[in-house]
Amino acid sequence: MTEQTPQDETSEEKKQKPEPRDAAYWAQRIERLEVSDVPEGAANVNVQGRREVGALQGFGQLWQKTYRLRLTGIEETPEEVVRAWKEHFPEFQPPNSRFYPSMAGVAPGEVLFISASVGGMPVHTGVRVIYADDESFTVMTPQGHPESGWNTFSAYRDDDGVTVAQIQSLARANDPIYEVGFRIVGATQQERIWTHVLKSLAAHFGVNEPVTLEKACVDPKVQWSQTMNIWQNAGARSMLYTITAPLRWRRNKGAAR
Amino acid sequence: MPEAQVKMNVRGAGEQASIIDVHGELTAFAESVLMDAYNQASDGQVRAIILNFEDLEYMNSSGIGLLVTLLIRINREKQTLMTYGLSDHYRSIFQITRLDDAIAIHDSEEEAVKAANSA
Repeated sequence: MTEQTPQDETSEEKKQKPEPRDAAYWAQRIERLEVSDVPEGAANVNVQGRREVGALQGFGQLWQKTYRLRLTGIEETPEEVVRAWKEHFPEFQPPNSRFYPSMAGVAPGEVLFISASVGGMPVHTGVRVIYADDESFTVMTPQGHPESGWNTFSAYRDDDGVTVAQIQSLARANDPIYEVGFRIVGATQQERIWTHVLKSLAAHFGVNEPVTLEKACVDPKVQWSQTMNIWQNAGARSMLYTITAPLRWRRNKGAAR
Repeated sequence: MPEAQVKMNVRGAGEQASIIDVHGELTAFAESVLMDAYNQASDGQVRAIILNFEDLEYMNSSGIGLLVTLLIRINREKQTLMTYGLSDHYRSIFQITRLDDAIAIHDSEEEAVKAANSA
């Protein structure tokens, strides 16, 4: 019988190491977004083939914004709140920001299409769910999205035992156009969107409480190396898509004959 | 609020680097533990911070956010951030979140320390 050396034992230990308990909550790694089924009403304009971009890849200042709402008086647990949040995610959005989840809903790896109106301009894009457990889920943005980073939607019990719903954003504007937009009006508009989402979630549970917002500029420097992200700007491409709609209609009509 | 389920200890690694050994879970609750460890690790002439993830048991997306804010802080001090000991699963998470674009991942402590002290 061959004696095991300490190195062999280490290799054996590594092989037998159990899978981490977060393994099921993370999406699989992909190179680019691939979408097979586009939900009805959604536009697959700036999603297919795009790479995901995080808080380190965008152009603008990096902001962390934390929105909280205390769901005072409810008995539901954080898990129950997040389950409802996942089920009703599109319904909690304001009218100018429509989400279209896939049939699988909010689950790791799934893409949520977005059709929004920003300053009257259409913006078709999406996000991918990179993490989802019973008490939170996180979406990551693709190239061209106004933001480069992550949004995490979660619920927890505070020190008083009250369930608190939270949205935390860690993101930069994806390109210079978006950065200017955010500084002028976009940031306020975005804050209104997430405030609306939390208020809608609260209303679902019969609660009407204020939303608190904490924001911190984590990195005030812009990343000039990311200037060329402009080429994927979803706002500009969505505008082009809208303008060329009559041409597509004519082409489709011709093909149908 | 739940307590942080993580312990971190700091040790020197050559003249210009410090290692932070992470034992446990990296979630939002680990923020103060991580920042305290960084403050300790960053004493003196340290130019590189190395995170040892061999004993990382759990990491959620908030843990990734913590690493981003740590990285920004490290860069502001003109230091570099490296890691070693990531399992295949956690390497994949670094790739999904594109943290590997900015944080060097090494296969061993020896390799990380060598890279840190030659930078």
